[in-house]
Amino acid sequence: MTKLNSKIPQGPLADKWTNYKATQRLVNPSNKRKLDIIVVGTGLAGASASASLAEMGFNVKAFCYQDSPRRAHSIAAQGGINAAKNYPNDGDSIYRLFYDTIKGGDYRAREANVHRLAEVSNLIIDQCVAQGVPFAREYGGMLDNRSFGGAQVSRTFYARGQTGQQLLLGAYSALMRQVHSGGVKLYTRHEMLNLVIVDGKARGIIARNLVTGEIERHFGHAVVIATGGYGNTFFLSTNAMGSNVSAAWQIFKKGAYFANPAYVQIHPTCIPVHGDYQSKLTLMSESLRNDGRIWVPKKKEDAEAIRAGKLKPTDIKEEDRDYYLERRYPAFGNLVPRDVASRAAKERCDAGYGVGSGLAVYLDFSDAINRLGKHVVEERYGNLFQMYEKIVDDDPYKTPMMIYPAIHYTMGGIWVDYELMTSIPGLYAIGEANFSDHGANRLGASALMQGLADGYFVLPYTIQNYLADDIQTPRMTTKEKEFDAAEAEITSRIDTLMNINGKHSVDSYHRKFGLKMWDLVGMARNKEGLEEALSTFKEMRESFWKDIKIPGKKDSLNPELEKANRVADFIELGELMARDALQRQESCGGHFREEFQTEDGEAQRNDSDFMFVGAWEYTGEGKEPILHKEELVYENIKVAQRNYKK
Amino acid sequence: MDLTLKIWRQENAAAKGRFETYKVTNISPDCSFLEMLDILNQQMIENQITLPVCFDNDCREGICGMCGLYINGRPHGPDKGVTTCQLHMRKFKNGDTIVIEPWRARPFPVIKDLVVDRSAFDKIIEAGGYISVSTGGVPDANSIPVPKKKADVAMDAAACIGCGACVASCKNASAMLFVSAKVSHFANLPQGKVEAKERVKNMVAKMDELGFGNCTNTGACEAECPKEISISHIARMNREFFAAKIL
Amino acid sequence: MSNVFTFSIGRKLIMSLMGLFLCAFLLVHLGINLLLIFCDTTEPFNIAANFMASNVVIKVFEIGLFGGILLHIIYAVILTIKNWFARTVGYKVGNNQQTSFFSKYMVHTASIIGIFLILHLMDFYVKAKFLGGATSVTYEDGKTFHDLGALVIARFHIGWVVMVYIVALLGLGFHLIHGFQSAFQTIGLNHPVYTPIIKGLGLFYSVVVAAGFMAIPIVVYFFK
Repeated sequence: MTKLNSKIPQGPLADKWTNYKATQRLVNPSNKRKLDIIVVGTGLAGASASASLAEMGFNVKAFCYQDSPRRAHSIAAQGGINAAKNYPNDGDSIYRLFYDTIKGGDYRAREANVHRLAEVSNLIIDQCVAQGVPFAREYGGMLDNRSFGGAQVSRTFYARGQTGQQLLLGAYSALMRQVHSGGVKLYTRHEMLNLVIVDGKARGIIARNLVTGEIERHFGHAVVIATGGYGNTFFLSTNAMGSNVSAAWQIFKKGAYFANPAYVQIHPTCIPVHGDYQSKLTLMSESLRNDGRIWVPKKKEDAEAIRAGKLKPTDIKEEDRDYYLERRYPAFGNLVPRDVASRAAKERCDAGYGVGSGLAVYLDFSDAINRLGKHVVEERYGNLFQMYEKIVDDDPYKTPMMIYPAIHYTMGGIWVDYELMTSIPGLYAIGEANFSDHGANRLGASALMQGLADGYFVLPYTIQNYLADDIQTPRMTTKEKEFDAAEAEITSRIDTLMNINGKHSVDSYHRKFGLKMWDLVGMARNKEGLEEALSTFKEMRESFWKDIKIPGKKDSLNPELEKANRVADFIELGELMARDALQRQESCGGHFREEFQTEDGEAQRNDSDFMFVGAWEYTGEGKEPILHKEELVYENIKVAQRNYKK
Repeated sequence: MDLTLKIWRQENAAAKGRFETYKVTNISPDCSFLEMLDILNQQMIENQITLPVCFDNDCREGICGMCGLYINGRPHGPDKGVTTCQLHMRKFKNGDTIVIEPWRARPFPVIKDLVVDRSAFDKIIEAGGYISVSTGGVPDANSIPVPKKKADVAMDAAACIGCGACVASCKNASAMLFVSAKVSHFANLPQGKVEAKERVKNMVAKMDELGFGNCTNTGACEAECPKEISISHIARMNREFFAAKIL
Repeated sequence: MSNVFTFSIGRKLIMSLMGLFLCAFLLVHLGINLLLIFCDTTEPFNIAANFMASNVVIKVFEIGLFGGILLHIIYAVILTIKNWFARTVGYKVGNNQQTSFFSKYMVHTASIIGIFLILHLMDFYVKAKFLGGATSVTYEDGKTFHDLGALVIARFHIGWVVMVYIVALLGLGFHLIHGFQSAFQTIGLNHPVYTPIIKGLGLFYSVVVAAGFMAIPIVVYFFK
């Protein structure tokens, strides 16, 4: 029934990766020199892959749209990185990390991939320490661990609130070492705009030099996409301003399948939207929920008075506060998983109990301050409180913080097999750009783990299994007709965009579209809304190509043109996300369909009909994409309903 | 808030630049500085006044190091310990005139308007800002204990975001704080000791070659660094350098 | 160590070491000069000055001293020119934050000191040593010295000379306030506890040196 071959190796789960490595084909050192690999994106996955491949002897060309590889948005990850080291002696193991990740993903991830992830997790920590990543340590000089949501053990390694930064700088330094040795050629301020396929295999990319506007052709025996997630589809998200889906979307249009686009993670603790000029949302670390209590007023009139500025949160008496997470989920309280906490906040605000602008709830530390003393709270969360105060101009030691959920991470992405190869031979997707390891919901501190696992320890092996066939393939000149055609597509697209000459800026369009996405394909979805989304987005897509205005020239630095290219793709992706959400008639993880919930409002999975990966195939402009289903088989885990009440 | 903006405009690296004056009105004090510029650009595009102002930015949460504007004589503006993207308009007064310039240093040539080329920083890191270990074959993470104090100092230094405010603020356009942060980060860790001498020599040589100025211990870099990195790291780098070259 | 001085940091090391050496010299110089105003006669001053002029060890130091001054100046010029080249297009609005104030004016104070140094050397050193500008004086023990003390006292009764000295010594003081502590930072000595002490010490030293030297022309002008 399906064209999808996940290529999962035979044998017992714990031996699959070992067996794969033992029997895969390799490329010998003298042949590696003859092979070029293009890596697009220099975040955790892209930088670590580029460095590792170059260390082995391959010629790597690394691309990023920023001015330096060190700017990639992996840098913004705060919390930490998981590994099954079991240093605290609290019963952790590879199996337990594997199990927690599958369960956290609401049983929508591939067993074999996740087990491999857990297996290599320990190597990542060793590697990073050897690179000089300054992880937090105890007084004895050993590495410190902390606990994170969705786990009963402390397995999270961290470097203050800047773990992502430190890991990225580690990968960046490894990358720069290879740039120095000549193994990597770096193309900064370059954006990939098209994929070149020759005889059915990925053989290069078309990229735009963002400074000169020049359209360039680059050849590679294989192409790796490490361009991150698509959270910016919603306009407001915790992603960077430049984070985009364009590379992934272009390869989708060239035949790579896009899997589970509807799985989007909404982080419960972000600083709420405060004005229509706002350009992005700022995350406050999940760790705040360890000591903060989340509440809204019990009485609607109190909430209204607060919104009108007539009452302050401190005026609300204890008995008039509704600690709704503690009320609904007595066992886990404020520490329920991200998706559950987010939906509960939305439910209260929709019911009219929201504070601030109406779309915010309180995260209150007064109990913690009374219990532990201000200095302890300051020690634990001082930098976060300071950040909050800088942004909101309100002192969270005195009045409760206001928070609201925001788009944070996308579990969906380009479909890949066990080798991380997409449905186009020679084309790979790693890190957040692929769909593989987090199922329908990602646990905290797992994204960094996956990005680095793919880049350091998985792709450098699996890509050789493919390249072993290519040692005889000479480098192409990029004058081949396939390169001509791919470039022509891009020049004509850019010319079309430049000539629209409409009235509205790209940003204003993106904002309008993002709001619709949030309303119709956001935290809670229903059939009606999703159908509306499909028709609205189609109209918006058409009007986008008539209404927008791009000032300036195409042959110079032109951020408006860059944004237009990206937003055009976001709008098309929005349609696919709505389509996938409509197709998935169940609630699981980050995907919540209002029609599919239990009596008390919890997500209701439908394992008999929807225990599959939904991979979409592009069929052409204006045509409906085809859904391919990859069945998920759980041989080692008992599938259960997640329960956070008892 | 109503504001007058004097912004450096420059077509491209070769063109001659100039200051242009623009007005923005009705700006919310809760708006961030870059959002204020977004509003200005929006007006320019929709009213077809002139080309929007180019400025670098990405994460907008103060960690990627991409943004950096020289605002009223100060890199990243008047607030302390923040990047331009975290600067909020409440730090200004209604009716203020704000002068916005790009980073100025010969190794940071202007690309367009307020966008400068900071690839010189990448070149310095390329010259030695790493520990030469390849993927795989490394010892267990806990096999070498690192004193907590040392790890903390290393982390202080490693917090550098490479924005270039130190160079922009230094009267000599010196990159010593940036280079020393990386040298000091590795010098405090046992893993970094192995090639410490080569590292500091190569990085300092590259820094000199790229045309950055010299440190006169003025301390402007430390005062303007959005991550508040201390010039004690510069002293450490000097020690490391002397140890490498003389001892 | 072959090419350490082709590096910016190597050059700065020379500047700071020479600077600290000159700081030490200034203390000796000041000590001898103060004999002029603390003693009733110029005899102790003349004895000390002649000792400094004739002792072999001191003569070696003297060469070192001039070498030190030269190196300090040469490297300062090289580094300053490089600094100018590091920013060829300046800012419209200058940086105005609170940092080490005097560090921004090291070139200016150095120029004042440089010009003064030439005048000062021509006035006393060259005159006394080569031109025989000082008369001879014979003390009770029969030894004959150049009467440098008399020369100094004569000069310091001229109003504009006193003014020039005061201006120059202010420049020196400002130069030292930054220079003293900066030298330690350059050498690599920075410590959470000791650096503030060094800074305090530097300030104290600068005030003592500048005020001490300034006291001499003033006291001579009004009281001797």
